[in-house]
Amino acid sequence: MDEKQFLIEKVLAVKADLTQREVTDALALLRHDTVNIPVVYIGSGTCGKVAGANETFAAVNSYLEEKNIKAEVVQVGCIGLCSYEPLVDIQLPGKARISFKNITHERVETLLDDIFNSEVPNENVLGQFSNKWHNRWDNVPLINELPFFKLQHRIVLANCGISNPDSISDYIARGGYQTYLKCIRNYTSEKICNIVDQSGLRGRGGGGYHTGEKWMMAHNTVSDQKYLICNAAESDPGAFMDRAVIEGDPHLLLEGIAITSYAIGATKAYIYVMDEYSQAYFMLNQAINQLKDYGFIGYNIFESGVDFKITLVKGPGAFVCGEETALINSIEGKRGMPRPKPPYPAIEGLFGKPTVINNVETLANIPFILRHGPLHFNEIGIPEARGTKVFAISGKAMITGLVEVPMGTKIRDIIFKIAGGVKDGKDFKAVQIGGPSGSCLPASQLDLTVGYESLWNEGAIIGSGGMIVMDEDTCMVDIAKFFMNFLQKESCGKCIPCREGTRRIHEILENITRRPTGESGFEVLERFKGIIQLTDLSEVIRDTSLCGLGQTAPNPLLSAMKWFRDEFEEHVFDRKCRAGVCKELRLFYIDVDKCIGCVACLRKCPSNAIVGQPRQPHFIIEEKCIGCGICFDVCKFVAVKLK
Amino acid sequence: MQASLDEIISRYKAGSRESLLPLLQDIQIEFGYLNEEAILRVGQHIKLPSSKVYGIATFYDQFRFVQKGKFHIKVCRGTSCHMHGSLSILREVERVLNLKEGQTSRDGRFSLEAVSCMGACGSAPVMNVNGEFKTAIAIQDIAQIINFYRSTI
Amino acid sequence: MLFDIEVNGKTIKARREDTLLMALERNGIKVPTLCHIKDLLPSGACRMCVVEVEGRQGLIPACSHPVEEWMKVRTHSPRVIKARKTNTELLLSNHPDDCLYCERNGNCELQKLAEDLNVRERRFYGKKNKYKTDPSSASLLRDPAKCILCGRCIRVCEEIQKITALEFIGRGNKTQVGPAFNKGMNLSSCINCGQCVMVCPTGALAEKQYPALLQDALHNPEVKTVIQCSPTLSVTLAEEFGLRAGKDIEGVMYAALRKLGFDYVFDTSFGADLMITEQATEFYSRLKFGKLLPMFSSCCPAWIKYAEQTHPDLLENVSACKSPQQMLGALVSNHFAPLAGMSADDIYSVSAMPCIAKKFESQREQMTHKGITDVDLVLTTRELARLIRLNGIDIEQVEPELSDQPYQSRSTAGKMLAVSGGLTEAMIRTLHFLITGKETTQLKIQELRSGKGRKEYFVKIGEYKLGFAVVNGIGNVEPLISEIQKGRTDIHYIEVMACEGGCVGGGGQPIHPEKNNIKARAKSIYELDEKESNRFAHQNASLQSVYNSFLKEPGSELSLMHLYTTYEEREVMK
Repeated sequence: MDEKQFLIEKVLAVKADLTQREVTDALALLRHDTVNIPVVYIGSGTCGKVAGANETFAAVNSYLEEKNIKAEVVQVGCIGLCSYEPLVDIQLPGKARISFKNITHERVETLLDDIFNSEVPNENVLGQFSNKWHNRWDNVPLINELPFFKLQHRIVLANCGISNPDSISDYIARGGYQTYLKCIRNYTSEKICNIVDQSGLRGRGGGGYHTGEKWMMAHNTVSDQKYLICNAAESDPGAFMDRAVIEGDPHLLLEGIAITSYAIGATKAYIYVMDEYSQAYFMLNQAINQLKDYGFIGYNIFESGVDFKITLVKGPGAFVCGEETALINSIEGKRGMPRPKPPYPAIEGLFGKPTVINNVETLANIPFILRHGPLHFNEIGIPEARGTKVFAISGKAMITGLVEVPMGTKIRDIIFKIAGGVKDGKDFKAVQIGGPSGSCLPASQLDLTVGYESLWNEGAIIGSGGMIVMDEDTCMVDIAKFFMNFLQKESCGKCIPCREGTRRIHEILENITRRPTGESGFEVLERFKGIIQLTDLSEVIRDTSLCGLGQTAPNPLLSAMKWFRDEFEEHVFDRKCRAGVCKELRLFYIDVDKCIGCVACLRKCPSNAIVGQPRQPHFIIEEKCIGCGICFDVCKFVAVKLK
Repeated sequence: MQASLDEIISRYKAGSRESLLPLLQDIQIEFGYLNEEAILRVGQHIKLPSSKVYGIATFYDQFRFVQKGKFHIKVCRGTSCHMHGSLSILREVERVLNLKEGQTSRDGRFSLEAVSCMGACGSAPVMNVNGEFKTAIAIQDIAQIINFYRSTI
Repeated sequence: MLFDIEVNGKTIKARREDTLLMALERNGIKVPTLCHIKDLLPSGACRMCVVEVEGRQGLIPACSHPVEEWMKVRTHSPRVIKARKTNTELLLSNHPDDCLYCERNGNCELQKLAEDLNVRERRFYGKKNKYKTDPSSASLLRDPAKCILCGRCIRVCEEIQKITALEFIGRGNKTQVGPAFNKGMNLSSCINCGQCVMVCPTGALAEKQYPALLQDALHNPEVKTVIQCSPTLSVTLAEEFGLRAGKDIEGVMYAALRKLGFDYVFDTSFGADLMITEQATEFYSRLKFGKLLPMFSSCCPAWIKYAEQTHPDLLENVSACKSPQQMLGALVSNHFAPLAGMSADDIYSVSAMPCIAKKFESQREQMTHKGITDVDLVLTTRELARLIRLNGIDIEQVEPELSDQPYQSRSTAGKMLAVSGGLTEAMIRTLHFLITGKETTQLKIQELRSGKGRKEYFVKIGEYKLGFAVVNGIGNVEPLISEIQKGRTDIHYIEVMACEGGCVGGGGQPIHPEKNNIKARAKSIYELDEKESNRFAHQNASLQSVYNSFLKEPGSELSLMHLYTTYEEREVMK
């Protein structure tokens, strides 16, 4: 009996008995809880591949071939520790799976030599997984007890980086698609909507709309055709949780999509993936083909009378397509410009039919809710927000990667306990959450908890879950300018406030960080006028923009101005950037005590602003200096200093 | 070229607007960019005026209307990379190649693009040459990286 | 169903299916818009119509938001005014500051908005997008720098006219409006109907103009200037001078034209009578031989370009008659000039039309004779009015005069070409005479006078049972053509006018963003037809004398030489 036949007859069938010994054993083997030969797992998500996972994969294979060792090599997704990639896990028969970090290809040989001699090398050990099926290694910490994992609560990411994303049998062996079959066999669509409503799940894409309510609205709208769209148009800079879920556990998302489609009465679902996510697209495509093979897609699925079809759409690259109605336009083959709401998509969406649009993370929560019941989900998190939230931590954090925490977790705990604080011993300055239209929170706000209203009340948003840690070397004016630049480039151009307003704000911020010397009186006036308008302009953009992108576009500026006003004032009045990021504002001087007159800086200065005789201390003529910092970089004696 | 364009177009149902973007994507994968002929032909197939097809294609970052360089360089301008100095990286690449972002060099060897996030935030700043990632790059490395590709032609 | 909503503290009635904007307008509350087009789906782009709704966080666009029973609305609160003003200023910050040099100076919606909102200070500075103007089209001048991206032109072109020559190109603040590949309009599928000009709130779209050429001609003693005026012009020109819409100022107009310095003033209605007579003859002969039916009308140059680029296989079915403008132009060169003892080269022939496609038509190769155009310059209604103002002529003080011989008289049938269905009515009158030898008594055909985009009329004339179809608005022609192509045979004659309502709604007419005067103009034409005695094209006395002295008879050798034309298949970027 092959795998597929076994799973369909013994696991997915109506009268399957999952308590039989032969079935449980077979399933344990399929999900690698027990192994007969050594298994090497290589973290091969996009982040892993960037760090060199492909080379590691090749090195492992050639090692095994050379030494003639029979072993299985599995490419898994990202477990969330992006800064430790490439990650390699090894599981010997009877022994616990053990995880190693930063295994670039040149480290493979030593590592495997050690492991196959049943020795644990001292370096690069991360920890071991444990379960009842095998023996632990001595002196190796448990993965779950590492600070990074200890505070996490993984629902969506539960199997990311652990299970084999290429294999549908692995997913089914972990209980997958059994919930879907339970739903279409035993539940009415209305009941599912109710369960999700009771669970308190809210949209994870940013808006925070109650998922159950949205489904009900579409469910109750009478139409011959309804659609589900899975929004995987993740293109916030610094957000990559959707990609990680798709690459690490594509079937979890697909099961969520299948259940949701049934619940709202849609027979057709679309998944809109950014074109840049080539691996995610590949994984989904492969997973969908597996579904077809198993009979989960098509007509009368498992004799339940339910029809279901999934279409994969490659988003051709526009940030605004993350907005529901723009996304719909894009799938319809139009310019991805938002439409006015109402009518809401749940009433009149794709091709004019009722359409539910849910984000990847939202949908990935659905199988869990239906498997364990709404009450279990309801126990996690806080009243305003149930369940967990995945964050992508990047920037200057010690550990960059993905974390999933219960709603209500303090931001401080995420940054300092889970992600290990700020790297290189620098001071924490701010954390930017919610993507480009989110906001920057200072240290004083770190006790805010993850949730919807709790953040809204402070002018912040949970957004899709990017969390960018900033240290003292970050200039807040520069960050605001960076986000405004991003937004003005990504504005679709349809409505005036967003199209013209974001561009003007960006220009005003450019003016603040422009070199002060050589400015004419008119330019100074223009600069000051601009600054006076900033708040006013922001308000109008927020008040009148057509879609969420515009309405939230001033957030990064407003929050930075609210919490880091002193830094803005410094830029405006003192023409100074304390972080030294705004290059044009930098002023250098040469410490006469340290300068030995090596003329290195004098030779390199592009604007001939440095004068001095050889072996005599040099000087910088401020009027000529353009702040490029080359002298600062070339000086071997730390004599060039920032004023 | 004609035959191949026909072949790609014939994969999609005529008159189906929904197929427009996938069709353009397929053509771009094959030819590297969209030329006028392709847009006119796609328009005829989808039954959409060429003005519309062109307008839609220009909305999206993915579509190009000039051929890519033999080496296509993407510099990440995501938040994390920005904080690690990706703007200076981009300027340095521009300087070394004597190109502005979005341009292709006259000899067709290099093209440069600034992208919003490549999802490699942990290894910032990153750039990507023909799919190959260069991680944690410093300004000083750039001339060397580019000279490596120059010398391979 | 009616219910109450509260607006600015007062209760007003609203209908369930209304948008907020409709409810406000019906109750006389004005809210500015820059992107809204009546009867088309709201796009919500300009954000000028935003209002404050109690309980809502942001401001709500009135154009797209349905009214709801509980609504409490403030349409002109300080917050709303500030938002509108800021957005207007933002537009201005990326707009060329050359109002004084602009085509639409004084009649610009953006300018008016800035004035209404009291914009007096420049608050936002910054880079402006720089674009080149596109002078490639014979009819249309595009100046993308003045475009505010409201999208009206795109929607009119796509949704009403169904041509889709224009579309947004690019994204964000680099978006612009242009034809395929952002090339010249001359290469595009644009049919020059000019409906985009009519909806453009600014000077981004306008007709192509050559004021200097005309001035030179008018003031050159060596050159004799001739002008002909479209049948439509006499009922629309008055609007440009603030007079009642539809007021007929035919005689005054002729007198004003003489004051401008034109040596001879003719009425294109004469050309229309000639065209009707010729076309009826052509149609009758097709009918007799049962060939190339149905026959399409040929007087609308926008329709002709459309047929040439979209249906080259149908060109044989299009009447070979030139348009009235070109027939009269040809007569001026070949009949009038010798009669007056002049060479055609000495004549500068101008026409004033409610249309911008006529500019293109006058420059068609088929409309030239040894490389010299029959009609040298075409003015729109707007340009003519400007010319009259320029010369300080007070239209209300001018005594009416007659047009010049030898083309002085006209029938009201020729005049009826101004309205959709009018050509067909006029054709039927002459056709009736041709077939039966008697005049028809059924002069008013109500079926052809409705405001619909497609009309049909069936009648028995003599032994022929004939079907006439009338299309106005080029967007309505495609369904009819496909019916014909699928084998429909009961239609024998098809009149196509590219603009809604016919020439009274032409792209060269006065631009009033708020009013629609098409009906008033049409009414005036019909009144004329009721009032005057000569209602048959073939009875036109001047026409008869031209036939007697020159052309001999409809379809004669001379007629074929001067009054008929050919068409060619046209490659455009469809």
